[in-house]
Amino acid sequence: MSFLVGAGPVIPNFGKGSACERSNGWFCTDWLHAHWGDTLQPALVQHLWLSAVAVGIGFAIAFVLALVGFRRRPFDAGIGALADFLYTIPSLALFQLLVPFTGLTVTTVEIALVSYTLLVLYRNMVEGLRGVPADVLEAARGMGMTRAQTFRRVELPLALPAILAGLRIATVSTISVATVAAFVIPKGLGEPIFIALDQNLFKTEILAAGGLAVALALAADGLLVLGQRAATPWSRA
Amino acid sequence: MPGDAAELVFDEATKQYAGRSNAAVDHLSLTVPAGEICVLVGPSGGGKTTALKLVNRLIELTSGDIRIDGTSVRDQDVVQLRRGIGYVIQQVGLFPHMTVEANIGTVPRLYDRSKEWIRNRSRELLELVGLDSSYARRYPAQLSGGERQRVGLARALAADPPLMLMDEPFGPIDPIVRARLQDEFLRLQREVRKTVVFVTHDMDEAIKVGDRIAILRRGGRLAQYDTPAAILEQPADAFVADFVGADRALKALALHTLAELELRPAADGPRVPRSTTLRDALALTIEEHADTIAVTDEDGRVLGSLTKDDLLR
Repeated sequence: MSFLVGAGPVIPNFGKGSACERSNGWFCTDWLHAHWGDTLQPALVQHLWLSAVAVGIGFAIAFVLALVGFRRRPFDAGIGALADFLYTIPSLALFQLLVPFTGLTVTTVEIALVSYTLLVLYRNMVEGLRGVPADVLEAARGMGMTRAQTFRRVELPLALPAILAGLRIATVSTISVATVAAFVIPKGLGEPIFIALDQNLFKTEILAAGGLAVALALAADGLLVLGQRAATPWSRA
Repeated sequence: MPGDAAELVFDEATKQYAGRSNAAVDHLSLTVPAGEICVLVGPSGGGKTTALKLVNRLIELTSGDIRIDGTSVRDQDVVQLRRGIGYVIQQVGLFPHMTVEANIGTVPRLYDRSKEWIRNRSRELLELVGLDSSYARRYPAQLSGGERQRVGLARALAADPPLMLMDEPFGPIDPIVRARLQDEFLRLQREVRKTVVFVTHDMDEAIKVGDRIAILRRGGRLAQYDTPAAILEQPADAFVADFVGADRALKALALHTLAELELRPAADGPRVPRSTTLRDALALTIEEHADTIAVTDEDGRVLGSLTKDDLLR
């Protein structure tokens, strides 16, 4: 049975399928067809959820922080430094730090992913709000807008391009970093990649899962661009 | 919403910033009758813009008072006060994310006017400032500098305020467009008859636009407050004479037209309509080497003649 030894241990994803799969070819479409339903599609959906929840929570936190930091410089410096610090922690190290407290759970993953979104979201929000021209603000005040009206009707809409630009970067980078979540939980597109790495680098699975992550990031970015255009028709005027 | 025109009174109005030796505006007292244009003019550091902003309380008075139709600005809610005052600034400050119509509708919207009302009002105001109603849907970035100034003016007029504050409204515009905007502003003012406080650093603009001119000197003290003709003909002191310029006699000529003079019998010479200013007519005699001009009515019929000396008397 020497050929079995040469083929390595029998594993679920590859080794007993087509000739392409047995020889670990670059891209085996038959494997893709066979495992879309049980491997790739669930991983894609999980990945989407992990990323969407992280960006959503990150956006909400960053927005509240920006409301404070935008008017009060000392707070801005503090919040900015904290967000900078969080951003510099390598993701694997952050997972390791969190596991003793929150375990091998979705919570651990989301805390890490959210931390990484804060810097770019917060900075873009504050820059956008501060970037509103002084003459526009003077006109708003001089015409009798209250502070709340000025914020809602003038500052926020004018900051929107910067805020949405931040959202795009945060979304794309979160989708990318979320593959590392598989170190903690068997979810997302990182999971099939890890399994394939374990199995003599089964190329098809790595390429398929990796490709899906890229496609998801591009699709999300494209949608946000469309949303940005619809929301700020004036910026193209 | 407001309406009509209001009398504006500065009563010993003073703004003193903490830590400065000189006041920005120093015991300024003057009355702008309802429906008149008062131009604040003077060198930089004269407190013109400060005086203007004391009215809508973008800057708060240190002492003294400012009253609009008898009511002190101090006694009014600051937001309500500002909504009742049209405000035009040099950089215009149009909202870039709003269409021209939405910009014009800013204050009416604060008064909860309906979309329908705002649409009609913005068409009406666009026409008043000389813009086609197709401009309503454009964004400020799609307008020229002069067009933006017009929209800024329309926006300030939207709620029909009894008082307008204009801070160098035609400042950054090139001279030709600027002259046209001044003319149109004066035509518009004949229609709407608002009380206007108009800040400029340009004496020629002050003479052209103002019913009255207040000249402020450094430290925000009033040097003279009078009609353009009185300031040109009887400057109160050396500072005013100097500020008005050595050519004040020429400037004074721009305040009068040929129609105000008694004509001699018809004679040969370049034909000039009687609505021409004495200054322009004099320039023509120099340019044409003419000693006599033929004065015509609006249809070009000769009414009589004038000599160069008649113009200078």
